[in-house]
Amino acid sequence: MTELTDITGPATPAEPVAFPQDRTCPYHPPTGYDPLRDGRALSRATLFDGREVWMVTGHTAARALLADPRLSTDRTRPGFPAPTARFAAVRDRRVALLGVDDPVHHTQRRMMVPSFTLKRATELRPTIQRIVDGLLDAMTEQGPPAELVSAFALPVPSMVICGLLGVPYADHEFFEEQSRRLLRGPSAADTEGARERLETYLGGLIDHKAQQAEPGQGILDDLVHHQFREGALDRDELVSLAIILLVAGHETTANMISLGTYTLLRHPERLAELRADPALLPAAVEELMRMLSIADGLLRVALEDIEADGVTIRAGEGVLFATSVINRDASRYDDPDSLDFHRSARHHVAFGFGIHQCLGQNLARAELEIALGTLIERLPGLRLAVPAEEIPFKPGDTIQGMLELPVTW
Amino acid sequence: MHIDIDKDVCIGAGQCALAAPGVFTQDDDGYSTLIPGREDGAGDPMVREAARACPVSAITVTEAAG
Repeated sequence: MTELTDITGPATPAEPVAFPQDRTCPYHPPTGYDPLRDGRALSRATLFDGREVWMVTGHTAARALLADPRLSTDRTRPGFPAPTARFAAVRDRRVALLGVDDPVHHTQRRMMVPSFTLKRATELRPTIQRIVDGLLDAMTEQGPPAELVSAFALPVPSMVICGLLGVPYADHEFFEEQSRRLLRGPSAADTEGARERLETYLGGLIDHKAQQAEPGQGILDDLVHHQFREGALDRDELVSLAIILLVAGHETTANMISLGTYTLLRHPERLAELRADPALLPAAVEELMRMLSIADGLLRVALEDIEADGVTIRAGEGVLFATSVINRDASRYDDPDSLDFHRSARHHVAFGFGIHQCLGQNLARAELEIALGTLIERLPGLRLAVPAEEIPFKPGDTIQGMLELPVTW
Repeated sequence: MHIDIDKDVCIGAGQCALAAPGVFTQDDDGYSTLIPGREDGAGDPMVREAARACPVSAITVTEAAG
């Protein structure tokens, strides 16, 4: 790892690459990003609307810039880059936590932190284990085969986050469908509609909770009966927080479970190693987070001129963090394209870095360790039910993961 | 070894407690704190790793003078 620009490195910027691009293999970065893996830390990318932005691909530069308060995540600011038409359609809406800068962000984050500590995630492990066991009981009673996304990967985090927030799981088909449309709907109008339906649904749920004399058990109940009543949060802010917690709480983890399982099944030696030594599980989850980098393309806009790795990011310019490339920086990770549970995958930026680093990361690690660990332990014959190349996965313009995962055992 | 945690900067990510659970924990509000009796790092080689893992650089590790 070097802090200095390598003087033997490329002197002139390569042609801008289009962002986002589809992956060819669901667990490797798009091959179209290969020209950016030449040692430079920042390159140029072109977005769907023709806009050019900086694309950060170097690990050291990424950690420095993600922690730099001169880069804003406020998407309502002029100049904030939109990676897709559907993002552009909802960019004027207030987004709690990841769409606000300090000091507003700091206040919101501090309200949420006690519910997402490492200790809290550890306390939730027996609950997560019960959910995982119950879903695998049902799946093995009905199969083989099974479609793992709908039978396991999606319901695990959906049930966990519902219990944690105090959202009725009975409504899961509704909010899973709206989340899907919000993140990868067919049109901007569809995304806008999904956002409105989620606002109406969670707004109604919050109003209902506010009328209860005794608060329920969930995080939303806590927020309604304390911060909302005391005036620390207004209703719009609370609805926005509820949306982000619900959507981020199930979509991301579901994708990690489905794509993580697929990746393990495509690396039978690593899978055998993990089955033989379950103590490797935390390292395996960390390595899968690094390798899969499912949230590829974190966005910022520069508030001031910033010098970074020999270039100047001008105030008003967009900056994009290609986590799939950053997490495979060869100067940080040896043989970065291989799955290796014995490397130190620490310091990957799959959860982001800086003040916006994933609030739910401790919960996500617990869910992934239990879901993947129990799945491979209970189903020693687990395998793909159809040829790997026939299994559909998500396009590059959303969180990466499997669309379906037909398995048998 | 002297460990300083800037609680105004801490965002409660828990990365220090994950990296060096023998030295760091999170208080009831979620903020990083040192485990009683381990304030000097207790010779744990992971203390510096915990400081590096912090996403907001809230932890400063210095060798105690003298």
